[in-house]
Amino acid sequence: MNSGKSVWKRRKQLISVLLVVWAIVAFGLSIFGAEKLNEIVVAGMPLGFWMAQQGSIFVFVLLILIFALVSDRLDAQLRTGATADDDAKPGAAT
Amino acid sequence: MSIQSWTWITVGLTFAGYLYIGYRSRVSNTRGFYVAGHGVSALANGAATAADWMSAASFISMAGLISFMGFDGTVYLMGWTGGYVLLALLLAPYLRKFGRYTVPDFVAERYYSNGARVVAAICALFVSLTYVAGQMGGVGVAFSRFLEVRFEVGVAIGMVIVAFFAVLGGMKGITYTQVAQYCVLIFAYTVPAIAIALLLTGNPVPQLAIAEILPKLDQIQLDLGLTAYSNPFTNLSQLNVFAVALCLMAGTAGLPHVIVRFYTTRSVRDARWSAFYALLFIAILYTTAPAIAMFAKYFILNQYQELGAGITASSWVQNWAPTGLINFPDGGPQTASELLGGINRDIIVLATPEIANLSAFVVALVAAGGLAAALSTASGLLLVISSALAHDIYGEIINPTATDRNKLIVGRSMILVAVVLAGLLGIFPLGFVAEVVAFAFGLAAASFFPVIVMGIFWKRANKQGAIAGMSVGLGFTFIMIVLMRAQNVLGLDHAIVESFMGISAQGIGIIGMLLNFVVTAVVSLVTPPPPDHVQEMIEGLRSTE
Repeated sequence: MNSGKSVWKRRKQLISVLLVVWAIVAFGLSIFGAEKLNEIVVAGMPLGFWMAQQGSIFVFVLLILIFALVSDRLDAQLRTGATADDDAKPGAAT
Repeated sequence: MSIQSWTWITVGLTFAGYLYIGYRSRVSNTRGFYVAGHGVSALANGAATAADWMSAASFISMAGLISFMGFDGTVYLMGWTGGYVLLALLLAPYLRKFGRYTVPDFVAERYYSNGARVVAAICALFVSLTYVAGQMGGVGVAFSRFLEVRFEVGVAIGMVIVAFFAVLGGMKGITYTQVAQYCVLIFAYTVPAIAIALLLTGNPVPQLAIAEILPKLDQIQLDLGLTAYSNPFTNLSQLNVFAVALCLMAGTAGLPHVIVRFYTTRSVRDARWSAFYALLFIAILYTTAPAIAMFAKYFILNQYQELGAGITASSWVQNWAPTGLINFPDGGPQTASELLGGINRDIIVLATPEIANLSAFVVALVAAGGLAAALSTASGLLLVISSALAHDIYGEIINPTATDRNKLIVGRSMILVAVVLAGLLGIFPLGFVAEVVAFAFGLAAASFFPVIVMGIFWKRANKQGAIAGMSVGLGFTFIMIVLMRAQNVLGLDHAIVESFMGISAQGIGIIGMLLNFVVTAVVSLVTPPPPDHVQEMIEGLRSTE
């Protein structure tokens, strides 16, 4: 169960990081920061507006892609039953 | 050829396709009927989920809503996409690992309570029934508008088609017709957008063409005395944009008909990847919608700038006036506000091809696409209704010793019942459909979402906490919505309560959600922890190979 628990811990870390980015992009940039961001104009479009109606959606897709890719790697770790933590602490319970 | 002739062709061909797929996908056991035998690939599940998700509202109404709301339309754009991140990260893989048939299945086992199962089944029923009524109504509207078939007959035709592939194939038939419907709807949505982008800017990619249109649109709106299109919070306050967007996102992750899609994949890994494909496929439409919104608004305002009140004589207005979707005062609209106030927002997607003088074939394509969107969502909802009745209430509670064959017969019968009910609700709507859909999201956000997420990530969450949390979240949200929408729901003169801490009825679900989390946590901590076998079950869910 050693590797199982540390892999789960890593999954939770992954989820937390992705959710923080999600919140920053969806709410920080696209809503609460929108008026400020609108002062920046990129290729004719106010940035706040573009984030709220296009950019945020692209980021959401990217976040799930990253989640799927990293999760596959964590699955592989679970299967081989080895993680860096295991190598460093022989016999220690997590 | 006329629009009508082309529409008979596009609709006829696509419907024939759905019937064929439904026939080829017929099933013979409950595993096939409820979860497509766990045989759906990640890519197919992504497409099916996307079609299941994008209803007639997404297809027809959303671009129009955004067109009139400008920046604030982001509540629907982010609200109906952002939830997929929550689904992928917090729900889908674990539910697939759990591996049963319905959302009440999960609630019952995780919270070791058939009482909770019944509550969950009733919630799922309520949410799905009301949601599906709107879809069947949309089918009737599409038939009457494009094919000049009577509304009720249109609904009936839709019912027959759905009944065929749903009864024969259950989830399997529904899944593969949804894949086909995705292809139809995405083609039908993007072709006019690409054509108009090309027409207006020479760039066929709508997401790039908007760079040229937006500044012009902002300018025209200012010239006509309106606020700029890209200005935030002109329709909704900043707080409400936040609340509604978050409510829609959390609600997305709590809607049964979306969650059960993740039961059908071949593996846990495929469940995650299908969430990616689903959002990718959804994003194609959702990033095109704001473009259509801007193109249409620009066209209309530009024409108004040139013709003034004489816009009433233009061909697209003449064509659509008889439907009652355009209502200008005598003598034509005198101000931009009057112009916009007289146009029903649903027109934006339906009439945009005509506004841009696109061929009749393109218009017919839009009709077929709208029908695809409505039928795909309807079929997903109907399966949830059938499973709540046949699997959760009959198969697990009333008669658990029934044979698989009997359970399958009950399942098929319940889908038929659900189709008829949905059709009737479509023909005789309850009157407050918009409120009901808002309520569906608020309810899902305040009940299912917290209960499932806590169930997976917090072993200490127990039966008493979950029941208390769900009741409080549900109850609060329901009462608030009734109070804030008393005009529509109770028939009063105005709302009993204007808003709650500045948050409107559409966003109030986030407070319900918060209450649910807090109450679940507090009650769980003061009552005994879940039994060991449940804690082991949770650990099993987290080991998501």
